[in-house]
Amino acid sequence: MPDITVEVLRYQPDTAEAPYLESFTIPYTEDMSVLQGLQYIKDTVDGSLTYRWSCRMAICGSCGMMINGIPELACHTFLRDYAPGPIRVEALNHFPIERDLVIDATDFMEKFPKITPWIEPKVAKKPSEGEYLQTPAELERFEQFSHCINCMLCYAACPQYGLDKDFLGPGLTALLHRYNMDSRDGASAKRMELVHSEEGVWSCTAVGYCSEVCPKQVDPANAVNQNKTKSAVDWFTRFLPGSKP
Amino acid sequence: MSYIRPMEGWWKKNPFFLRYMAREATAVFVYLYGLLLVGGLVNLAAGEAAFNGWLAWLRSPVGVGFQLVCLAVFAYHTWSWFVIMPKTMPPVMVAGKRLKGSAITASGVVIALVASLVIFFLTVTP
Repeated sequence: MPDITVEVLRYQPDTAEAPYLESFTIPYTEDMSVLQGLQYIKDTVDGSLTYRWSCRMAICGSCGMMINGIPELACHTFLRDYAPGPIRVEALNHFPIERDLVIDATDFMEKFPKITPWIEPKVAKKPSEGEYLQTPAELERFEQFSHCINCMLCYAACPQYGLDKDFLGPGLTALLHRYNMDSRDGASAKRMELVHSEEGVWSCTAVGYCSEVCPKQVDPANAVNQNKTKSAVDWFTRFLPGSKP
Repeated sequence: MSYIRPMEGWWKKNPFFLRYMAREATAVFVYLYGLLLVGGLVNLAAGEAAFNGWLAWLRSPVGVGFQLVCLAVFAYHTWSWFVIMPKTMPPVMVAGKRLKGSAITASGVVIALVASLVIFFLTVTP
């Protein structure tokens, strides 16, 4: 089996004040993901190595980290593609590091309920009245944005979020857009308050890297920028007679 | 205690961000070229001699050099904004299918080229 050197940005707050790089040279096989490389290190070299993971199949969104400076899912990235190495693994950019590769996602989690991430029906129906029906065309309007797995890679790709933590950010705006575009939903006006605000879409400067790194092709930059247009239209149409302030 | 990493030099750490910053920097040249055109208007208002002086500056080596730099920068400006354009607009449906981003970028570039050529032949008299 060939070897590869994995440089891990370690942060052990109980023993060191600042993060430091530590190298591990490990054997790897063709089918080993970066996550499996980390698991090899934890199991056989250093049990104190700390990282998040769960599904190993790019759907839980837990193992996001910077791999050679690019936000990636560790389970979705293969060691063979970085041979002969070294490969550098760091915690996701723009988030505080808790320990080693584990970031503090408090900011993301606190913003999450603000986008009303659920459907508030236009007209509430009792179960006995039947389903809320939707045509394929209506589904098409939001489906791609519903594929978000909250892995936060787009936040690590967004320098505006890195510079301004008040910014709602790409992923949550994509999810907000997902609900606003849903024909069954009636809470769009409430969410647009957030879109218009200082924390909303106008903090985005169209870097576009969020969409490049998204492992689910959600295209959050598209959601943000479509809402810039909506926000601008809302702002100008309020001067028209008969519009609500 | 969690550790917060500094943002200094963030744009130098990824080629994507370098291209983004280059795109943003092109706006400075758009501004400078705008000033040049305003300068032309001011000179036009000041009379024939002043306007001819402005035209002479345009034909001077410095003037030609500045315009060539602007041309190259504007070409990158146009290209980079058409690259991001698919991310900035609602889905475009053609015959029931969503138009690909690359098709939107290519359409923009072709329209810009055709418009440039039309303006070139309309304004440049032999």
